[in-house]
Amino acid sequence: MELLNNLALGFGVAFTPINLMYCFIGCILGTLIGVLPGIGPVATIAMLLPATYALPPVSALIMLAGIYYGAQYGGSTTAILVNLPGESSSVVTTIDGYQMARKGRAGPALAAAGLGSFFAGTVGTLILAAFAPPLTELAFKFGPAEYFSLMVLGLVGAVVLASGSLLKAVSMIILGLLLGLIGTDVNSGVARYSFDIPELTDGIGFVVVAMGVFGYGEIISNLSRPEDEREVFTAKVEGLFPTKEDFKNMLPAVMRGTALGSLLGVLPGGGALLAAFAAYTIEKKTKLRPGEVPFGQGNIRGVAAPESANNAGAQTSFIPLLTLGIPPNAVMALMVGAMTIHNIQPGPQVMTSNPQLFWGLIASMWIGNLMLVILNLPLIGMWIKLLTVPYRFLFPAIVLFCAIGVYSTNNNTFDIWMVAAFGLVGYVFVKLGVEPAPLLLGFILGPMMEENLRRALLLSRGDWFVFATRPLSASLLGAALVLLVIVLLPSIRSKRAEAFVED
Amino acid sequence: MIKSQKDFFSGLMFTAIGGAFAWGATSYSVGTAARMGPGYFPLLLGILLVALGCFTTIYSLIEHTEDGEKIGDFAWRPVVYILGANVAFGILLAGLPRFGLPPMGLIAGIYALTVIASKAGDVFKLKEVLMLATFLAVLSYLAFIKLLNLQMPVWPFFITG
Repeated sequence: MELLNNLALGFGVAFTPINLMYCFIGCILGTLIGVLPGIGPVATIAMLLPATYALPPVSALIMLAGIYYGAQYGGSTTAILVNLPGESSSVVTTIDGYQMARKGRAGPALAAAGLGSFFAGTVGTLILAAFAPPLTELAFKFGPAEYFSLMVLGLVGAVVLASGSLLKAVSMIILGLLLGLIGTDVNSGVARYSFDIPELTDGIGFVVVAMGVFGYGEIISNLSRPEDEREVFTAKVEGLFPTKEDFKNMLPAVMRGTALGSLLGVLPGGGALLAAFAAYTIEKKTKLRPGEVPFGQGNIRGVAAPESANNAGAQTSFIPLLTLGIPPNAVMALMVGAMTIHNIQPGPQVMTSNPQLFWGLIASMWIGNLMLVILNLPLIGMWIKLLTVPYRFLFPAIVLFCAIGVYSTNNNTFDIWMVAAFGLVGYVFVKLGVEPAPLLLGFILGPMMEENLRRALLLSRGDWFVFATRPLSASLLGAALVLLVIVLLPSIRSKRAEAFVED
Repeated sequence: MIKSQKDFFSGLMFTAIGGAFAWGATSYSVGTAARMGPGYFPLLLGILLVALGCFTTIYSLIEHTEDGEKIGDFAWRPVVYILGANVAFGILLAGLPRFGLPPMGLIAGIYALTVIASKAGDVFKLKEVLMLATFLAVLSYLAFIKLLNLQMPVWPFFITG
């Protein structure tokens, strides 16, 4: 019953005209960047963070969240119609989605993605609402040692579940932690690594890092490749509704995708991308029903399952953020930043100190999902038109919005020079094949980790075993260790490499 | 012989950065585990990063890794034009008081940024680019200045006075 009361409070907040409007804006922007390949939710949220300064905190977070899950919807449109993932989490949707479009079944494919996402979004939001309070209770039992161990687990999980070289990902985390330490140390007042530059004593803004590395770095690397040939199926989208047979095939796939996505979304490093990959892999393993189209040739399950999974994952990845204050992926790291801008300390106390914000945000997610189905299915034609806008008109606009956004954070040109520097750094990362997402996680967690380490060791009088003797902390560290060992086992290692390569 | 070029150089990068941070940390008070000084955590992380970087570099000499192929050409053209556009925008927007450059405002900055950034692409048609710049200038003026009320110089100093 308490859940119902809480949800009622949330819907009360979310249904005010101003919040409905920002939810709508967020969903539109999310769909927009989801549809457009070459710009992702991380760069967009970073760009818009400064603009949310003037908004009330609830509206700001509602809008930013809308961008994230809206991008999951939009990404599928591009994947199905152009064979390009509009969003990284739609990579696997291209396999069967595009084949369906080629066979003139773009409509059912889009409907499967949209309806599957809506179902998954609803379930994901309910799970978030149901599990957030008990997890918050647990979080209040955490001392500094537990928090430190939890962050270690979070960071380890983030690299273990990500693709690419483990060694380089761990190095990127540490680099991020170090960059996060730049600026004035809260305990001693010493300005670390700031070279007597006044702007650096406040630390490097995470907006600067995110925009430079994810925004500019990506643009430069996109421009250094020849432009992809785009073949857009614009005329063929008619007969949106799937047949009865489609529904029969779709339904179990949507269920499986939703369950898997909800589960993986909670894990650190999980979220939308991993969920989509895992869901597709599972669908491929299940038996084909007689008369069903094989995978890779336009099977509707190959669209419904990953799209449901990525949307469910996008919703449940809010759980660690809202209950523990620990971001499980780069987008959530930016949400931490957004909360800090509005003077909200992310963590278990948000639910009790800002119940309107907490439940309002959750309720808005369901409303947003509903808006997205309407935005994406009947209005699909509008988004298809967008795909005909060439990249040469888009990237100057992205550069401009980054520059304006970064300047308005502090009204200081120093940030503009810094974002240029990080743009160069971001391109170097691309060239060296290192993933930037772990860097951003480390960057956000750096100061928090130092503070908790310091407090834990102060309480234990310098005894490092405190992390192993407190049961909660020990089990968290144990889980991190198990994850590392599992991923380093040769047999799993080759499987992991396989899972991220699709045939 | 280097077997994985990307790994070799990323290892070197991590070693250098980690070393720099560790070296810098020694200039702050390090303290003990029970009473950490400002240098303690960065020193610890710096050393860890050096170790990981060295390992990556050495490993790249022994074995091919999955994502360790050749680095390839550095795309100077987009780097210079994109970052140059960004810097030009900053200079025009707020000026450089230290060098006596007055602010020229947002609108001038948008035109400069759009033209310079567009040079980074393969196709450059001045007429198209100027149309795009005008569109972006109007859009930014309405969205950022009128709607969101962000504070920044909009017109050149000689107009606003």
